[in-house]
Amino acid sequence: MTARATTPAPAGGARELAGRAASRGRRLLDQTLLRNLALAALAALGLYLLSYWLGRFDNLQLATIAYYFVAIAGLTVLTGLNGQISLGHGALMAIGAYATIKVGESAELPLAALLAIATIATALVGVVIGAGAARLRGPYLAGATLALAVGLPALANRFPDFLGGENGLSTAPPVPPSSLGVGFALERWQAWIACAAALITFVVLANLVRSRYGRAFRAVRDDEVAAALAGLNVARVQVLAFVVSAACAGLAGGLLVVVTSLAAPGAFTLELSIALLTAAVLGGLGSLAGAVWGAAIVVLLPTWAEDIGRELSLSTSVEANLPLLVYGVVLIGVMLAAPRGIQGALSWAGGLIGRRVRGHTEPRSRGASAPGEEIT
Amino acid sequence: MPRRVEGERASASASRDGSRGLRIRGITVRFDGLIALADVSLDVEPGEVVGVIGPNGAGKTTLFNVICGFVRPQAGEVEWRGRSMRRARPYELAGLGISRTLQGIGLFSGLTAAENVMVGADGSRRAGLGSAMLGLPRADREESRLRTLALEALGDLGVVEVADALPSALPYALQKRVALARALVARPQLLLLDEPAGGLGADDMSELGERIRGLAGEVTVLLVEHHMDLVMSVCDRVLVLDFGRSIASGRPADVQADPAVLEAYLGVESDPRPPEAGDAHG
Repeated sequence: MTARATTPAPAGGARELAGRAASRGRRLLDQTLLRNLALAALAALGLYLLSYWLGRFDNLQLATIAYYFVAIAGLTVLTGLNGQISLGHGALMAIGAYATIKVGESAELPLAALLAIATIATALVGVVIGAGAARLRGPYLAGATLALAVGLPALANRFPDFLGGENGLSTAPPVPPSSLGVGFALERWQAWIACAAALITFVVLANLVRSRYGRAFRAVRDDEVAAALAGLNVARVQVLAFVVSAACAGLAGGLLVVVTSLAAPGAFTLELSIALLTAAVLGGLGSLAGAVWGAAIVVLLPTWAEDIGRELSLSTSVEANLPLLVYGVVLIGVMLAAPRGIQGALSWAGGLIGRRVRGHTEPRSRGASAPGEEIT
Repeated sequence: MPRRVEGERASASASRDGSRGLRIRGITVRFDGLIALADVSLDVEPGEVVGVIGPNGAGKTTLFNVICGFVRPQAGEVEWRGRSMRRARPYELAGLGISRTLQGIGLFSGLTAAENVMVGADGSRRAGLGSAMLGLPRADREESRLRTLALEALGDLGVVEVADALPSALPYALQKRVALARALVARPQLLLLDEPAGGLGADDMSELGERIRGLAGEVTVLLVEHHMDLVMSVCDRVLVLDFGRSIASGRPADVQADPAVLEAYLGVESDPRPPEAGDAHG
């Protein structure tokens, strides 16, 4: 997560100048916004190049990963940093998706405005749900959000005229601007939109996580009584975390519409909600980088497993179940090998290598109760 | 609303006699028929260090919980600087200049020592969500200001070198210091210490005693503690609770000699010295 300006110092009189420039650069990168923007710009460049390298199907996969990331990043902040579990984020995505299409039907608005409205609408729903959630703990909160995941998408069948019933609502896919040239692949344009939204989400969440709000989220997660005594309004902090998380889910739902041109109950099943939480845990709870790994796994793994099944020319009944099997094996494997998820394992390995390179050992405080390897 | 009238009258009279300290009047708390506190009263003057002692289950922590608004008393009134605490919520205490340490440690296990103290320094403030989300330089400046405050507070307690360690990596005594730093960083006027010496060795305890004495005069301190040595050496006055009742209060030496205290608290029936009856009874 740290971008370091480690340029090898050039020889001669330019060295001092370069050193000063480097330290100035480091100081600039100490600023939260600039560092996160620099990171996002780097990622944007990489994604831009990637989108030209990938084919149509793979660009669609990239766009899918991007909106999964948006939802998972919001969930990992809620569950990982604030300790509130939600099995209902799929339903929140549904709100964002339906809002995008319904508002788009009734008003001629640019896509960015539609996505912003979907985000805000879901955030407002998040205020209500979050206020309820702040009163619930652990399994009760899981149960309540589970009910949301099951119940909310079913509303589409309750109001078939307004919400389109089982078939849902459909809309036209976004049109790439003519300035990009004729024959610019739609899938690449969809990937750009989704990735841009994902990067904005990343910057905002990364800023927030590093701020006093991120600290308040974690303090409330760790000890509500101590947090209250330190002056934190625990319920308010919990609602805020839920609203932030819901806003992300809403944006993800809007992006899903951009990618699939459809909002239907079948897209927002309980399985989606559980997949989001699974991805957050797999990637590493509370870590935005982990949300990237998690999103990539839940999107790519089934495709890969299908490919493997086809190549091995297994019987159809085995092939059909292979993705589920691979998914289960990966889930169990990662959790056994890296209980803190992929990002947890990576930063542990990074810390290990870093200590080797620097060759210095952490001074252990005398009489310490042997904390063992500390992974942060 | 007769209660409110009562409260207003009480606070009016309190401000008339220029009271700025802590007034606890006739607190009664019942849990399912069990009396946790029965008609307990205590006045703590500004800058005073007052100890609350008593056997386990005597109601000491319940008294703290009443002051902090975690427990609502069935009867009685708590006033801090002439203001009724009847409606105060726990998170409002920091803004009223009240800090409390918890029994045990009560640190945030996922936050470094410095971050723990930063929460204490920052807690009561609210604004700035927008600048936090946008990562504006203003938010960065505020963060570095908070960190400086936190490092100062840790430095005051001699633990600045563990600023970036997680609590679980620290020995118990250092964790206690970090917890105290978190309570002190907000510069409270009233400090509630719940068994601050629990689990400490003799050296750490005497240093803690000096530190509490050092606060006296500036900070009003209410101290729940089992270690009699510490209580006797740092407290101006002591309140003794037994089964929720206040059985004695007064200067430490007087209370220590009180036969009722010896019987209830120490489980001693007779004192070798002749009983010094009199003003020690509360």
